[in-house]
Amino acid sequence: MTAVYLFLHLPLLVLVVFSFNDSKFVTWEGFTLRWYSRLWDRQDIVDSLWVSLQVGLASTAISALLGTLLALGLARHRFRGRTAVESLLYVPVATPEIVVGISLLLLFGSLRMQLGVDTPSIVAIVIAHVAFNISFVTIVVRARLEGMDRNLEEAAMTLGADEVTAFWKITVPQLWPGILSGALLAFTMSFDDYVITSLLTGPGTSTLPIVIYTMARKNIEPSVNAISTIILVGTAVLIWISDRLSRDKPLTSH
Amino acid sequence: MNLRLAWLRWSGRRPAVRAWALMSPGAAWLLLFFLLPLLFMFGSSLMPARLYGGVDLGFTVEHYKQFFEPVYLWILWRTVLYSLACTALCLLMGFPVAYVITRAGSWKNLLVFLVVLPFWTSFIVRTFAIMFLMRDTGVINTVLLATGLIDEPLALMPSGLAVMVGLVSGFLPFMVLPIYSSLEKLDPSLLEAAEVLGARPVARFTKIILPLSMPGIVAGSLLVFIPALGSYVTADLLGGGKSDMMGNLVQRQFTTAGNWPFGSASSFVMMAMVLCAVFVYLQQRDRAQAMGA
Repeated sequence: MTAVYLFLHLPLLVLVVFSFNDSKFVTWEGFTLRWYSRLWDRQDIVDSLWVSLQVGLASTAISALLGTLLALGLARHRFRGRTAVESLLYVPVATPEIVVGISLLLLFGSLRMQLGVDTPSIVAIVIAHVAFNISFVTIVVRARLEGMDRNLEEAAMTLGADEVTAFWKITVPQLWPGILSGALLAFTMSFDDYVITSLLTGPGTSTLPIVIYTMARKNIEPSVNAISTIILVGTAVLIWISDRLSRDKPLTSH
Repeated sequence: MNLRLAWLRWSGRRPAVRAWALMSPGAAWLLLFFLLPLLFMFGSSLMPARLYGGVDLGFTVEHYKQFFEPVYLWILWRTVLYSLACTALCLLMGFPVAYVITRAGSWKNLLVFLVVLPFWTSFIVRTFAIMFLMRDTGVINTVLLATGLIDEPLALMPSGLAVMVGLVSGFLPFMVLPIYSSLEKLDPSLLEAAEVLGARPVARFTKIILPLSMPGIVAGSLLVFIPALGSYVTADLLGGGKSDMMGNLVQRQFTTAGNWPFGSASSFVMMAMVLCAVFVYLQQRDRAQAMGA
């Protein structure tokens, strides 16, 4: 039991500890922050962080919107072709990332070669991330929708609210935590993605994982440890915030 | 305003129209940028390769035939073997953990949180953490050298062992969480009843705990097996080209090897394996549900 937890967390702990080590080697030479300050001097890391944030935010916004709409359509209505849409949703969940990346590379590559349509790589990356993330958002939001009390909406409409008002005043506030956790999931997956991005990337659109990957392969200095530590702390903060937000329900049925 | 009312009135009588209006942007995105590229890829797997990347028009099945060459079959075999071994190890390590968590009382939340945490943590960072431990100049070798247990660094990495360590630590949370949630639903009074009626611990485990946690075991196995099959980063960073899996084969066809159709064909072999796994899962899930009932 403890062994399993150590197996999961000890490598990361060691990684963090040695990001403060005043030596290039793994013998402890004293505390330092120089690997952190060195990060700021590396323009490629700063740039890639910026690219990662742009891609992450853009793809999260789009996939959260489209995914939520999909969830609303699926959970609230019975119609022909429902099963088809559902299977379409589950394909991305089971498809290996490398296949997603390769197939889009083929598509954009052929568009360029056959039709002369050039897709800027940052656009291609966002498109790919959205395609990959929609399903996850939909699944999360839909779970929330199905656990929701529809009587509230009906009550609102009985009391004179029209459908649109009821939607914005009742449904959306209740749905919000679901949308938020779906969006958080999408952002983490986008921010973290190496495989798909590396296939679609071009000059000037290296994301943070790509830079870390290259550094990890060469692994010369503990700067990799430092940037990894920053990511770990960032992730922890993000989870904490989302946990906070999903607890503050603006509207509860009690 | 009138337009809005008119739309509401019109679509209110036609639920399908409204559903499609909500779903069409997302569904269109998935069709265009997910399904279409996959079909495209399937098409190109049946076309002749152009030198240095790209495809020529025409029809051929040579790329699927090529896959049956020993070099590639070996990679396929290794991929299946690693994924199965990874799933088995995750199950062996994950089940006890999940079981202990359900009886951990006030520690439960913390223990679950610690399992969830790696799931949110960058996969690259986690893989790098293992490199940092296992490489020649890594922590393990440095410690062993310093204590004088070894004279020269152990060749821990790159190796198949390192890839297995990476896969297991990468996907273990996917095994623990579903098993935990099905164990959590298990009614403790069942175990008490069994005990009172004289069932030994082994019997309680095989007759009650195991069957009732079967849905979690089956789901967890799928959640580990599928990403393991499709993994790329782990074997690339920790296997160093010596323990290539399918993902690495596919990637190479589109980069250095420049044989796009063969890469596409390999991707489809990979997809076929994933579909097989899902199929087996669906069958086992029904069986597990029948067992649990």
